Amino acid sequence: MGEDTDATPTLNHRGFLPDHNYVTEADIISTVEFNHTGELLATGDKGGRVVIFQREPECKIEPFSQGEYNVYSTFQSHEPEFDYLKSLEIEEKINKIRWLPQQNAAHFLLSTNDKTIKLWKVSERDKRPEGYNLKDEEGRIKDLSTVTSLQVPVLMPMDLMVEVSPRRVFANAHTYHVNSISVNSDYQTYMSADDLRINLWHLDITDRSFNIVDIKPTNMEDLTEVITAAEFHPHHCNLFVYSSSKGTLRLCDMREAALCDKHSKLFEEPEDPSARSFFSEIVSSVSDVKFSHSGRYLLTRDYLTAKVWDLNMESKPLETYQVHDYLRSKLCSLYENDCIFDKFECAWNGSDSVIMTGAYNNFFRMFDRNTKRDVTLEASRESSKPRAVLKPRRVCAAGGKRRKDDISVDSLDFTKKILHTAWHPTENIIAIAATNNLYIFQDKLNSEMH
Amino acid sequence: MEVSAEAKRIMVVALGKLYSSRTQRGGLRLHRSLLLTMVMKSARDMYHAAQETAECVAADWEQQQSTTEVTTEPTGAQTELQSPALSLTSPREEVETSPTELRRDAENKENVCPPGPHHSRKRRGKAAVEPDFLPCKKARLEQQNCPQQLILSSVLLDYVNCSNELGAPPAAMPLQRAIAAC
Repeated sequence: MGEDTDATPTLNHRGFLPDHNYVTEADIISTVEFNHTGELLATGDKGGRVVIFQREPECKIEPFSQGEYNVYSTFQSHEPEFDYLKSLEIEEKINKIRWLPQQNAAHFLLSTNDKTIKLWKVSERDKRPEGYNLKDEEGRIKDLSTVTSLQVPVLMPMDLMVEVSPRRVFANAHTYHVNSISVNSDYQTYMSADDLRINLWHLDITDRSFNIVDIKPTNMEDLTEVITAAEFHPHHCNLFVYSSSKGTLRLCDMREAALCDKHSKLFEEPEDPSARSFFSEIVSSVSDVKFSHSGRYLLTRDYLTAKVWDLNMESKPLETYQVHDYLRSKLCSLYENDCIFDKFECAWNGSDSVIMTGAYNNFFRMFDRNTKRDVTLEASRESSKPRAVLKPRRVCAAGGKRRKDDISVDSLDFTKKILHTAWHPTENIIAIAATNNLYIFQDKLNSEMH
Repeated sequence: MEVSAEAKRIMVVALGKLYSSRTQRGGLRLHRSLLLTMVMKSARDMYHAAQETAECVAADWEQQQSTTEVTTEPTGAQTELQSPALSLTSPREEVETSPTELRRDAENKENVCPPGPHHSRKRRGKAAVEPDFLPCKKARLEQQNCPQQLILSSVLLDYVNCSNELGAPPAAMPLQRAIAAC
């Protein structure tokens, strides 16, 4: 894992006034996702918009200008809605985006807010027919008396236009808030998970879905846990995993039963009684779960740690990484300012050798599973000039021995949180969402995975 | 006593957050409400455990002292803490866990705990019978007139007091205004 990372920040071009440090809430990025080749990167925001970036083809003449991401398309995916029956406003915030594997010239992605999932088709148009008999260049109907001969319209090149259209709308299937969507490896079905239920959909059928997990108790007073994230296995189309607010993971096999309430495997680490506090339940809630590319491991994130689990070992995680253990003594303040409820995501690199997750103060962390080395980096304008090498950061305990450039725990800015990160599927390129800005970092020295 | 003070503060903050989440865009978040309820339960359990330890200690020299005086603090706090939970009723099922779960647990605890030498520790719901001569907060004196309004306001008073030690406690306000303020 190279620590010499070239920084080529690509900034989200909306809504940031540098003078006043004021951020329009609608511009806050709420999800980031590379497609399967890494050529496209999609971001969703709180205002319901999706911005797709495309990687420029590599230019052999000038090696350093290759591979930069530029805006490809922007569209409004979801609008705010109102549920009249419950008198509830449904937020337009995009919770998750997932790309479908590319099967023809067009790209497809699924985007979801709290209640509705939509399938979008993203296609390019670079030719248009010209020479119509009945219409002129502007589309106006020609005066028939002026038509003296017939011609066959020909396709002429035009400026590239990216068209986005909604192909499917999967609505009215979730009573609770949708937190995850995951496309199955069969490329025909996908699942959507809310707090208490998981539904299985066919990509072509919008008027019905199958409920495959239901943990709603008969009596809501008995509710003890909710579903926090869910994902399909990358290769086995019958397996999926879901995480709970109690810190457990359940692997389910759809071949066993139509309703997968009974898990095939339960991954749970026994609680350390010495670490018990008022906030034990909150910090043990799993905020994200991701299968490794190999399908052999699971990566989970809870408030203070990231854990790697082996699918073959349910009793405890294989590896535990402390993301920001210096916060353990600050949990009460973090509870009062609501930060303890922040949901951090996590990511694998393409070869499953490095894991990455975000933290506060616009810091994000990477852990190399093989060398056991880790690094803390910062995503900020000041430290990210184009082509600059990111400098590793360090957080020291308050009052502890401080090196130059170290930052004390008490000086951390908890409003600057990196919740969403993504790693290119094959190369060392990462996308970091810092509030309303998107940073894309590339490792030019070690561009291939190892 | 630090544990019980912290526990009480945590409970009050949790209630404040539950109240304010009702006005949030997008409706109540089940996950968040569940976590807040669990924190409240956890804090309440630790609070009671701390109180029980304190009372065992107090029981030793109890015989020489007046029995009621010692129980003022915990009883008052317990009634105060339980009552706001009861007043948290909501038609939406997402929040049902909060008040009813607490109430059920409160009843269970009542059944499980052996009756101590101070029977006034037992919860008797909103219409708690307290001797008039007990020193108590202003809110509870007015309880006979309008229990619903002032139980809520006493909780909010606590919330304000905990979070702003320098500020003077505000006057009790009616229920509707309190919810609107959240």
